[in-house]
Amino acid sequence: MVTFVLNGQERTFDGDPDTPLLWVIRDFEKLTGTKYGCGIAQCGACTVHLDGIPHRSCVTPVSMIDGSDVVTIEGVTGLEAEAIKAAWAAIDVPQCGYCQSGQIMSAVALLQMVSKPTDDDIDSAMTGNICRCATYHRIRAAIHAAANSIGG
Amino acid sequence: MANQDFGITRRSFIAGSGLLIAIALAPRALKAAQTGVPAGGGQELVPINTFVKIGADDTVTILSKHLEMGQGPFTGLATLVAEEMDADWSQMRAVHAPADNDLYANLAYGIQGTGGSTSIANSYDQIRSAGATARAMLIAAAAEEWQVPASEITIEKGRIRHSATGRESGFGAFADKAARQTPPAEPRLKRPEEFVLIGTDLPKLDTRSKIDGTAVFTIDVMPDKTLVAVVAHPDHFGATVKSFDDGEARKVQGVVDVRQVPSGVAVYADDTFAAIKGRDLLHVEWDLSKAETRSSEEIAADYVRRFSEAGIVATDEGNVDEAFDMAGVQTVEAEIIFPFLAHAPMEPLDAVFVKASDGSLDIYTGAQFPAMDREVAAEVLGMQQSQVRLNTQLTGGAFGRKAQFGSPYMQEAASVYAAIGSQRPLKHMWTREDDIRGGYYRPMYAHKMRGAINRNGEITGWDQVIVGQSIMGKVDLDDTSVEGASNLPYAIPNIKVTSHNVELAVPPLWWRSVGHTHTGFAVETFVDELLSKVGRDPVEGRLALLAGKPRHTGVLRRAAEMADWGATVPEGRARGIAVVESFHTFVAQVVEVSVDPEGIPRVHKVWCAVDCGLAINPNVIKAQMEGGIGYGLGAVLFDAVTLGTGGKVVQSNFHDYRSIRINEMPEVVVEIIKSSQRPTGVGEPGLPPIGPAVANAWRSLTGTPVRQLPIVNIVAT
Repeated sequence: MVTFVLNGQERTFDGDPDTPLLWVIRDFEKLTGTKYGCGIAQCGACTVHLDGIPHRSCVTPVSMIDGSDVVTIEGVTGLEAEAIKAAWAAIDVPQCGYCQSGQIMSAVALLQMVSKPTDDDIDSAMTGNICRCATYHRIRAAIHAAANSIGG
Repeated sequence: MANQDFGITRRSFIAGSGLLIAIALAPRALKAAQTGVPAGGGQELVPINTFVKIGADDTVTILSKHLEMGQGPFTGLATLVAEEMDADWSQMRAVHAPADNDLYANLAYGIQGTGGSTSIANSYDQIRSAGATARAMLIAAAAEEWQVPASEITIEKGRIRHSATGRESGFGAFADKAARQTPPAEPRLKRPEEFVLIGTDLPKLDTRSKIDGTAVFTIDVMPDKTLVAVVAHPDHFGATVKSFDDGEARKVQGVVDVRQVPSGVAVYADDTFAAIKGRDLLHVEWDLSKAETRSSEEIAADYVRRFSEAGIVATDEGNVDEAFDMAGVQTVEAEIIFPFLAHAPMEPLDAVFVKASDGSLDIYTGAQFPAMDREVAAEVLGMQQSQVRLNTQLTGGAFGRKAQFGSPYMQEAASVYAAIGSQRPLKHMWTREDDIRGGYYRPMYAHKMRGAINRNGEITGWDQVIVGQSIMGKVDLDDTSVEGASNLPYAIPNIKVTSHNVELAVPPLWWRSVGHTHTGFAVETFVDELLSKVGRDPVEGRLALLAGKPRHTGVLRRAAEMADWGATVPEGRARGIAVVESFHTFVAQVVEVSVDPEGIPRVHKVWCAVDCGLAINPNVIKAQMEGGIGYGLGAVLFDAVTLGTGGKVVQSNFHDYRSIRINEMPEVVVEIIKSSQRPTGVGEPGLPPIGPAVANAWRSLTGTPVRQLPIVNIVAT
C-alpha cells in the first residue's frame, strides 16, 4: 500500500507497485491532464511536481513515491503557475495542446527556482519537453513574459 | 484546387435537428455527453443550421467539419461564422461535427476529411454562408417578435437592435424562433472591406482548455470499467503471427485476456500499465515469409538502379536530350536520398468504444476521415452504420497520420474490440513504440537531378528522376510523388521530370506537406547549386527565373528584405534561402546557420514570408509557419526510420527517432503578404522551404552539398 498526497489530498494505491505514477494518476485517479507520450522519460508530456521538483511520472514507479507530495496540472497553483498560465494564454502557445500540461509543469518549476530565467536557463529546464507542433518559440516568449509579469 | 467549385448546396443547410453533438468530453461528463448534452453545462443548444447552434446564454457554437489537431480550424471556422453573424468573439465556441460524408464533406474532396491544407480554403464561402444564414434568421425572428421591418434591425457584437423602438436582445432569446424561420435562398455575404473580425488576431478558442489540463483527447475518454488493449505488432513489415505463448502475460495483475487479432496479439487489461506489462511478457513467433527483409540501404541501392530505366513521364517541355548534347554544355548532377519518416504525433493512435444500452455504439477517436473510420468500424463489427456514432475528439497532433484511406488503424482497433466480445467499454491504444515502428511513413525517395548550363552561363536543361512508393497506390503517375517538381516554377527551356513507382511491404502515407517534403528539397537545393555554378546570387538568380510568377517573387523579395539579404553575416555563419509553392500557398524562408559543436547545422534565425491569400487569422497563420518550420527542421536534421539488416525497424521511440527540442528551435519571424486572393491553407506550406534553405546555407558555409537526409548522418559518416 502506497500513501501519497495528490493535489493536496491524501490518496492510497494498493495495486501493482511497479505501476508508474503516470498511470496511477490517469487510470486510477482519473486526472487526465497529465499525458502519456513515450513511457521512457524522453518527451516530458507526463511531467508532474514530486515534492516540488519536476518529475517524469511515466518512469516513476508508484512504490517510490510513498509519503511524497504530487502536484499535477489540475492542482498547480501559486504566483508562478498563474503567471505562466496567463502568459501561455496571452501568447496563444498551444497548438494540438497534448504536450502543454507537461510544458507548463516544467515552466512553473523553472520560475519557482529562477525568477528571471535566461534563454540558457530555459533551454536547460525545457529540453526534456518535446512539442511535435514545435511551439517552442512561443514557449520561450511566454516564460520570459511570465517572469516579467512577476515583480516587474 | 483553385479551379474547384467551393459553392455550397441548399442541402447542406437543412437545419440539423436531432444532430448529435460530438464534443470534447470531460470523463465525468461522458454519460451526459452520450445523451447529446455538451460537457460543462446542461443547457440545450438550438441548431440554426448544419454548422451553427445557439445557446440560451447567447453563445454561438460552430460544428467544425474539420479535425482540430492544433492547426486551428476551430478558431478559423468560428471566425468565418462570427464575421457573418456579427457576433462578438467572446460568444464563440467550437465542437467537432458528427461523422457525415454528405453534410460535412470537404468540398475539395467530396468526403468528410481534414488534410491538404484545405480547411479554410474549402470552407470560406460555405461557412460564411452558414453564418450569414443564421444572422438573417435571427433578424427575421426579431422582426416577427418586435413587429418591425427586418431592414431596420441591426446586429453588432452579438446584440440585435431596433434603434427606433430602442429594443435590444442577445442571440439566445431568439434562438428557437430563428430556427423556425425559412433560411434565405442566397444570404448576402460581406465584402472584404466590411470585415471586422477576419484579418485580426483573435485568440484561439481551444487555448484555455489546453492550458489548465481540461482539454479532452481520445486517451482521456475513460468511462467506468474501461478495458485497455494494446497489440503486440511484428517488427518486420508484412510479418504475421505464427504462434504465441501468453502464459506469463496472463499472470500479470490486471490482465483480463489475450487474443490473436489480424495485426498481432492483443492484451486486454483493467489498466494501461497492466496491458503494456502483459504485452512485454508475451512470446510471439512471427511468420516472415511475406515480410520485407531488405534494409533501407538495400532499398536505396535498388532505387538508384531504377534511375537508368524508363520512367513515367510527368513533365516533358522543350527537348532535354538536345539541351544536354549541345556543344560546350556543362552538366551538373546530384543524387539525393530521402529516408522513411514517422509522423510521431504527441498522441499516438487511439480509439475508445462504448456500447450504449440500446446496442448502438459510440466510438471516440481523433479522425481526419471520420465517416470513413465509422464505415470501416461498422463493417468490422458487423453493425449498421446508423448504429455507430463516431465522436471526433481533439487530437494530439496528426500531421497526416490520422488520415488513411481504408482506415487501417480503425480496422485494427475495431478488430481488437470485436475479438474480446465484451460489454465493457474498450480503449485501444498504440504506445510510442507502435507509432515509430508502425509504418505508414513518408516513403523513402531517391532523386536524380541533372542540370545543363550552356556556354553563355544560362541554365538550359533540367532532368529530374524520382523513385519511390506511390502514396496513392497507383501504377501510373502519382501526382503526390512529383508535385512541386512536375510544375517547376523556374523558366528553364528544357525540362523533363519522370517518376518510378516502387512496391514495398512498408505501408506509405502522406506526411505534412506530402510530395513537397522531398520535391521541395530536391528542386530548391539543386537550383541553388546551378545558380552558384553560373555565379548568380540565390535571390537575384531565382527572381530572374521566376518572371511571370508574382506570388513566388513576392514572398521571395519580402523574405530577402526581412533578412536584409546581402548584408554582412557574423563570422562562422551563412545564409540560405528557398521558396516553395505548396497547396496554393507561397512561402519563402531565409535561414542563418552556423556549425554547432557536434558538427551539425545550428539554425539561429528564420525569416519567413507567406502568401496564403486573404489572411483569416494572422495569429494562426504565424503559428503554423513556426510549427511547420520546427517540424520540418527536426526531420531534416535528425530523423529517419531505418530498416536494418534483415528488414527490422531500427528505431523505437524518441531517444532514437529524435524530435527537435527547444534549444534547437531557431528564432522565427513571419510576415504575411497582404492579399485579396481567396484564402488558401497554412498547415503544410510552412514546412517545404526550411530543409532546402538550411541545406543551401550549409553548402555555402562548408562547401558540402546535402545529398542524404537526415543531415546528422552525413556529418557522422
